[in-house]
Amino acid sequence: MSNSSKNLKKIQDSLVWRYRAEKAFRWCGIIAVTLGLLAVLALFLDIIFKGKGAFSATYMQLEVTYDQQLLDIDNFADQKQLIVADWGALYKSALRAEFSDVRKRADKRKLYALVSNGAGYDLRERLLANPSLLGQSESVWLLADDDIDTYFKGWLDGDPYTARLVDNQVKWLQQLIDTQRMELRFNANFFNRGDSREPEQAGIRGAMIGSVLTLVLTLVLSFPIGIAAAIYLEEFAPKNRWTEFIEVNINNLAAVPSIIFGLLGLAIFINFFHVPRSIPVIGGLVLAVMTLPTIIITSRAAITSVPPSIREAALGMGASRNQMVLHHVLPLALPGMLTGAIIGMARALGETAPLLMIGMVAFIADIPGGFTDPATVLPVQIFLWADSPERAFIEKTSAAIMVLLSFLILMNISAVWLRKRLERRW
Amino acid sequence: MFDYKWLHVATVSLCLVVGSGVSARETVEVVGSSTVYPFSTVVAERYGRSSGKPTPKIESTGSGGGMKLFCSGVGTNYPDITNSSRRMKQSEFAQCQRNGVEEIIEVQVGFDGIVLANSINVSVMNLSRKDIFLALAARVPGIRDGELIENPYTTWQQVNPSLPDDPIEVLGPPPTSGTRDAFVELAMEGGCKKIPWLAAMKNSDKQAFKAICHTVREDGLYIEAGENDNLIVQKLQANPRALGIFGFSFLDQNADTVHGASIESVGPDFESIADKSYPISRPLYFYVKKAHVGVVPGIQDFINEFTSEKAWGEEGYLADKGMIPLPITRRKVTAKNIRALVSMTGDEPLK
Repeated sequence: MSNSSKNLKKIQDSLVWRYRAEKAFRWCGIIAVTLGLLAVLALFLDIIFKGKGAFSATYMQLEVTYDQQLLDIDNFADQKQLIVADWGALYKSALRAEFSDVRKRADKRKLYALVSNGAGYDLRERLLANPSLLGQSESVWLLADDDIDTYFKGWLDGDPYTARLVDNQVKWLQQLIDTQRMELRFNANFFNRGDSREPEQAGIRGAMIGSVLTLVLTLVLSFPIGIAAAIYLEEFAPKNRWTEFIEVNINNLAAVPSIIFGLLGLAIFINFFHVPRSIPVIGGLVLAVMTLPTIIITSRAAITSVPPSIREAALGMGASRNQMVLHHVLPLALPGMLTGAIIGMARALGETAPLLMIGMVAFIADIPGGFTDPATVLPVQIFLWADSPERAFIEKTSAAIMVLLSFLILMNISAVWLRKRLERRW
Repeated sequence: MFDYKWLHVATVSLCLVVGSGVSARETVEVVGSSTVYPFSTVVAERYGRSSGKPTPKIESTGSGGGMKLFCSGVGTNYPDITNSSRRMKQSEFAQCQRNGVEEIIEVQVGFDGIVLANSINVSVMNLSRKDIFLALAARVPGIRDGELIENPYTTWQQVNPSLPDDPIEVLGPPPTSGTRDAFVELAMEGGCKKIPWLAAMKNSDKQAFKAICHTVREDGLYIEAGENDNLIVQKLQANPRALGIFGFSFLDQNADTVHGASIESVGPDFESIADKSYPISRPLYFYVKKAHVGVVPGIQDFINEFTSEKAWGEEGYLADKGMIPLPITRRKVTAKNIRALVSMTGDEPLK
């Protein structure tokens, strides 16, 4: 009796310490999670703060006259006329009319630099959509040059950046600002256009479509092959040295740096099979090889987690091994496999290193129309913009990161959602 | 079963892959120097937009990598044009010849200046190439002629008494970069030659001369800051005592945060680089495979656009992007040669 009360006392004494240790451990965990969240928050805030400007662009309102003489067009059906026509002359004459006191050649050049050189093509589209405008004039909001865009956004915040402008340009801009003919508008170009070396005309669409095409191919190639390999290794393959050797190799491959897969793609697909460089096909092939090990490993884990009783029941009911796998094991393992595939895809979406070797790190202005058109992908676009000298690309870079992050978040959420929805518990 | 359907899709896509390998190419392919890349891409974009034809595809592989791809062979699997921030080497020319790339059109498009810049919050440095060599070389001349010692200098004042008493701290590109090659060749070798016994060595023992003049110190005072010039500009803002090495166009774009050091009392600006009074500038080239002209559509039009006055002229759009144009007489001669597709003879003084 006295022995047990002694024990009780010992336990009660130690309880204080144990509770304290538990509390300390909990707090350590909370602090770790908070630190992680803060770091992520700081990153997101920094990116959003830097990139929010990219979603708006500066426009200026000018009176444009679609002068037939100036364009030298009399027949809209004649493609050649349309190509030869000097569309830039439209906005230049509009600027000259607006600031009629500018006479000197050098000053005129500075004046023309206010408007983006893409404005001529925008006016061309306007005119082609509505040919009756020829010979007429209308008031149009024209896209401003990137230096003007940077200046105006800075001006709105009270801290304009004038190092790239001359005094006259600032004066002209002030005149436009005073008459309320400069404003920020939603930057549709950013979502509708391909890459450009003029920041105000650069868009993310080319890279986005390139990423989608590449990932579709990656999924189509790696998912069936990965699942087939996993099923064979788990359900059919004899357990011997060979399969062990293969298993070790697959695990090794999952840890190989991604640049190696780029080199492999260069050596095998490009140099041996002569697949052209820079197209989604080659990107998809390389990324498929890269994600295969991940998919095989997660698929095998999903298959192992199917309880043996299911297999035994199927076999007991007279099903063949094939039927047992295809009718029972595979449907039950599929949610886990899908999750693995999506996580593999998310990793593939963020890769640039393997693409460097196969020519997908390139300036590609046209939006790809299919699997065999030259294309680039989102992370490459971010890399290229981050490397550009023009200051206005800083905000584009951050905005592109936001787009990439939202894709990644979307994919990861869908992985969680799929698992929740399809998962069965025993 | 769905499993078989997927296999079917995979088979079809594999066929598609193999099929696409043999199709002809509609897009001009350009590879090469990351320094020429910003200019080449502007021309490609303008050409694509105004002609309505596919925009040429420009890869930034570095000058050496570009040459290797370019000289691998003739045919649509190989690039049509390579950009370079230095002249083609003799060995590369020979490589091209061996692989059947016999007719090559060489075009010099302009110049690029390399600047040493620091934060706008401190005063402009005035350096000579000799100062740069003494501050950044791994081994420098000792007291006696012919003697070499490990670089002992840690402040600019030790290098040259007229310079400020600030520690030497230079952020520059790694050895893989073309900018680094050009910097070493133009600035460090230029300074090296100011020391008489080293200059004499150039003629007697070229290998040893190069080993001394081209080796950058590795004791941490020269910091390899990566290939991204924007990153170097940002680091200079944070660290006003450091100098950074990068291309002129980045100085041009960031004039509010950094300013360039004068070299032999000449500041880096548009005019001084164009008339070559600023000593650290390098030529920019591109090379065209003549066998591809007429086979891949658009090559001729693209290079004509590149060498038109509205592009590479003194007031052209490339000058707006920071490229320093050639003198007018050379532009005229080159443009004429291009229109006539004159290729290299093999007698050029290549290195």
